[in-house]
Amino acid sequence: MEASGFLVGPAVFNTDVAGYLGQAGSIPVRLRHHHIPARGDPLGVRTWLGEWPMFRQATGSDPLARGAAVESPRTKALGPRTDDADAVVKSVCPYCAVGCGQNVYVRDGRVTQIEGDPDSPISRGRLCPKGSASTSLVTSPTRVTTVRYRRPYGTEWEDLDLDTAVDMIADRVIDARRRGWQDTDDEGRVLRRTLGFSSLGGATLDNEENYLIKKLFMALGAIQVENQARI
Amino acid sequence: MAEAHPVGFQWVMEAKRRGAKIIHVDPRFTRTSAVADLHVPFRAGADIAFLGGLISYVLENELDFREYVQAFTNAADLVGEEFTDTEDMAGIFSGYDAETGRYDPISWQLDGDGYSAPAAGQRDHWESQLREHHAAMGSDTAGGAGDAANTPSAPERDETLQHPRCVYQVMRRHYSRYTPEAVSRVCGMSVDQFLEVARAITENSQRDRTTAWVYSVGWTHHSVGAQYIRGAAILQTLLGNMGRPGGGILALRGHASIQGSTDIPTLYDLLPGYIPMPNAHLHEDLRSFLDADAAKTGFWGNMDTYLVSLLKAWWGDAASAENDYAFDYLPRLTGDHGTYGIVRDQIDRKTFGYFLVGENPAVGHANGKMQRLGLANLEWLVVRDMQMIESATFWKDGPEIETGELRTEDIGTEVFFLPCANHTEKSGTFTNTQRLLQWRREAVHPPGDARSELHFYFHLGKRIREKLAASTDERDRPLLDLTWDYPTTGIHEEPEPESVLGEINGYDAEGKPLSSYTELQADGSTTAGCWIYTGVYADGVNQADRRKPGSEQDWVAAEWGWAWPANRRTLYNRASADADGRPWSERKAYVWWDEESGRWTGHDIPDFEATKPPSYVPEPGAEREHALGGTDAFIMQADGKAWLYAPAGMADGPMPTHYEPVESPVANLLHQQQDNPALERIDRAWNRINPAMSDVYPYVFLTYRLTEHHTAGGMSRTLPYLSELQPEFFCEVSPALAAERGLEHLGWATLISARTAIEARVVVTERMKPLRIGDQTVHQIGLPYHWGSNGLTTGDPANDLLGVVMDPNVHIQESKVATCDIQPGRRPRGPALLEFVESYRRKAGVEPGGIE
Repeated sequence: MEASGFLVGPAVFNTDVAGYLGQAGSIPVRLRHHHIPARGDPLGVRTWLGEWPMFRQATGSDPLARGAAVESPRTKALGPRTDDADAVVKSVCPYCAVGCGQNVYVRDGRVTQIEGDPDSPISRGRLCPKGSASTSLVTSPTRVTTVRYRRPYGTEWEDLDLDTAVDMIADRVIDARRRGWQDTDDEGRVLRRTLGFSSLGGATLDNEENYLIKKLFMALGAIQVENQARI
Repeated sequence: MAEAHPVGFQWVMEAKRRGAKIIHVDPRFTRTSAVADLHVPFRAGADIAFLGGLISYVLENELDFREYVQAFTNAADLVGEEFTDTEDMAGIFSGYDAETGRYDPISWQLDGDGYSAPAAGQRDHWESQLREHHAAMGSDTAGGAGDAANTPSAPERDETLQHPRCVYQVMRRHYSRYTPEAVSRVCGMSVDQFLEVARAITENSQRDRTTAWVYSVGWTHHSVGAQYIRGAAILQTLLGNMGRPGGGILALRGHASIQGSTDIPTLYDLLPGYIPMPNAHLHEDLRSFLDADAAKTGFWGNMDTYLVSLLKAWWGDAASAENDYAFDYLPRLTGDHGTYGIVRDQIDRKTFGYFLVGENPAVGHANGKMQRLGLANLEWLVVRDMQMIESATFWKDGPEIETGELRTEDIGTEVFFLPCANHTEKSGTFTNTQRLLQWRREAVHPPGDARSELHFYFHLGKRIREKLAASTDERDRPLLDLTWDYPTTGIHEEPEPESVLGEINGYDAEGKPLSSYTELQADGSTTAGCWIYTGVYADGVNQADRRKPGSEQDWVAAEWGWAWPANRRTLYNRASADADGRPWSERKAYVWWDEESGRWTGHDIPDFEATKPPSYVPEPGAEREHALGGTDAFIMQADGKAWLYAPAGMADGPMPTHYEPVESPVANLLHQQQDNPALERIDRAWNRINPAMSDVYPYVFLTYRLTEHHTAGGMSRTLPYLSELQPEFFCEVSPALAAERGLEHLGWATLISARTAIEARVVVTERMKPLRIGDQTVHQIGLPYHWGSNGLTTGDPANDLLGVVMDPNVHIQESKVATCDIQPGRRPRGPALLEFVESYRRKAGVEPGGIE
């Protein structure tokens, strides 16, 4: 990878590291050779001096004190959470249509980190602020993971079993389809369709999913299928 | 581009580093402007005046790439004598019916026998002429692409381009009033700025150089949006920038698979692969549908093979030659069933149920009140999302609850919120903005009740089929005969997405995956769920999952993912070589004819028959692709030519013409006709429109995205990092407008339209420039549209300010330019808001608005 960030107007987007998000833990800690006691320093005086951050900043390779110079024993022990992932899974960013490559780091069946994929000839490892934040998209504590149901004229959400919900929806589709059914128009031409229900969405779905939606709706005779591409 | 597609923008910066000149034409100064060589401030809604000015500059100075134009375009074709231009009709073309507000395009035809067939657009206009030979005013299927009818016309041509009726001269006259001075007056840019752009793009085109245009919804969200794109197409074709490396017109699409959802359309008027939906008024059977809607020549001449293979994929053995391959199983259209028509029908309780799948119209769509009224008048609503979006909670906390227009206890909508899987929890393909299919692999299982859409729709379909299994009703045959038996895995019986991808790709009679759409047959021996995707599963290998690192490939990177069609990365790339098949220049060599091997070759897969030589002349009466000559690079067109002048396919004229936005503060300075005479309206109390040139709504506003947020906010306002980066809804105003209205930086402002009033924090910034338009000063206000009432950061939805008027070609709303007033301070609360908005309407002479 050529560069870790690129200048866009007034802001520098550090687009390929989670460091953008202030997740220091994901930045590998290096340059440990600073802390090896020097030969001919049995009392460790020079080692002690060498541990002093100001000294390390002044004499080491980190004059701006952004890395090795400010390392403490605690931060020295830190490692990126990408290091102990069980798997790194190839993926694609779910936001805009550029299609940046993502590496999804998984541990114990959970997503622990999402990074840009340097292999991608589209994005070369970079992600924008949204793509960089997608770990928090998929691990969001406010994500809803159970079915919620609001009965007609109801004032609050209620719980509902998923299987029951799907069954109720199937019944409503059949009913709306029947009531909105049109065999022919006024001139007797075949319509073979229903206007009883409609669908909106698809631009964030997979092609395979849109394919099943379109196929099912056509078989039901439901012509009102629309998506963000109209918007 | 730097704001909304930042990672894609790295390639613009890469080009700049290599010497490319970057020009940014935008009403606002953005991060793109900051690094551009030239930023041209500009009035929203004036793009056709600008593009027309550039076209005129090219034509008047004969700066077109003449060899390219002569080889690959219809510039030499003669336009029929029936055609009358806007020049002679006060801004309207011949064929306009003031009563219906629609055009009959019959008079736009080229000279010669027969008709020309559009490769895109309003096919039914076309088809009805063929069938009935009169205007197709009642028809409304706007095909997204694909061919309309017909035998190849052999229009008369004047290769010298001098005949007064040849396309080149007709266009020159049409755009003759689009002078640099006129462009300056209409667009608000200086003559010098315009000329700098005109010189830059003409000097950077032709043999050795190419220019690319990049656009997004800033060009499509207009009542003349499709004509904006046509304007760019004309310019790029004249300059020889199509089908060549570094050229093109690049649509930057805004969602991970919005290209895919157009290819495999969840759109009412299309079948997969841009095959038009059949129309009840016009078609009776498969043959007459194909006769009317499929071209006889060019690659759309094979629409029979595409469609029959689709029908076989859907209905398997139940689709046979005897029953027209179950063509009758397809429902028929009779008019516009676009999303705004659907919402109108919801409000009128003509339709009862609604699935919202990863879409948040209560915030993300124009005229939020209209959207929410639609939701409130449903019997049932299914919302599938990850977060509790505003479209799921409108009955509880929508703006209409606050104003008292709606009461929770009176809303009968039954709402099912079903949690969905996210992009790491399922495998499948997205199609990105460059037509590239990329496979994602499942990393983890979805939690709790969350399921993929694949799971939901497969099992919903199964459930419905089970419930109707005993039915003898003829209307249930398409459902019961449907091929719907995908293999599943795991305790939740998740359908295998690769099996669906395989069906999309298609199989031969032996069940072997096909490798190209050219293998498809019309005799029922092949299947393909989406013919343009055939090849994505070639050899039974998931080609979309190819991940050879970019660093190990050349700049075309053909082994990363798979691009439709046939993994071609640049469409119509035959045009990257001259008429004889030689590269236009060494520098711009891309695809060329190799005489020795007798094949087209190059850096990309040739978008042309591999062994058809440049010298090829078709036999008289040839059909399908066999009718295309060796220089007919635009292979989807019936005549193989790029159309500068569009004799068919557009609902609002054969050449783009500048019309003002419906809500414009100024008169049309170029034509007598103020706005698009063919645009579509919804005239209802909840969709009142600000009068043009109104003192009550004197300012232009435009909406846009921020880098840190995503559309209606469901995937960004719920994230702490992004919410912290952009924590509040704001409006951008110039210092001059701030002074005129007493607006304070970081204070509050209220923006008012005939729909509603919203409040936003004020950002006073030089990024917004007042423009001089004719004798007026026009102020523009910028509004990011991401906010709503839910999530970690909340605010009024900018889209609530918008009304809905639509482009007649694609039924897309004019949401990138409208008018409003702006006042300091916060908006009124509760019922007082309604009276406040009504008082503005009264002042402006607008009919009363709100809920009917």
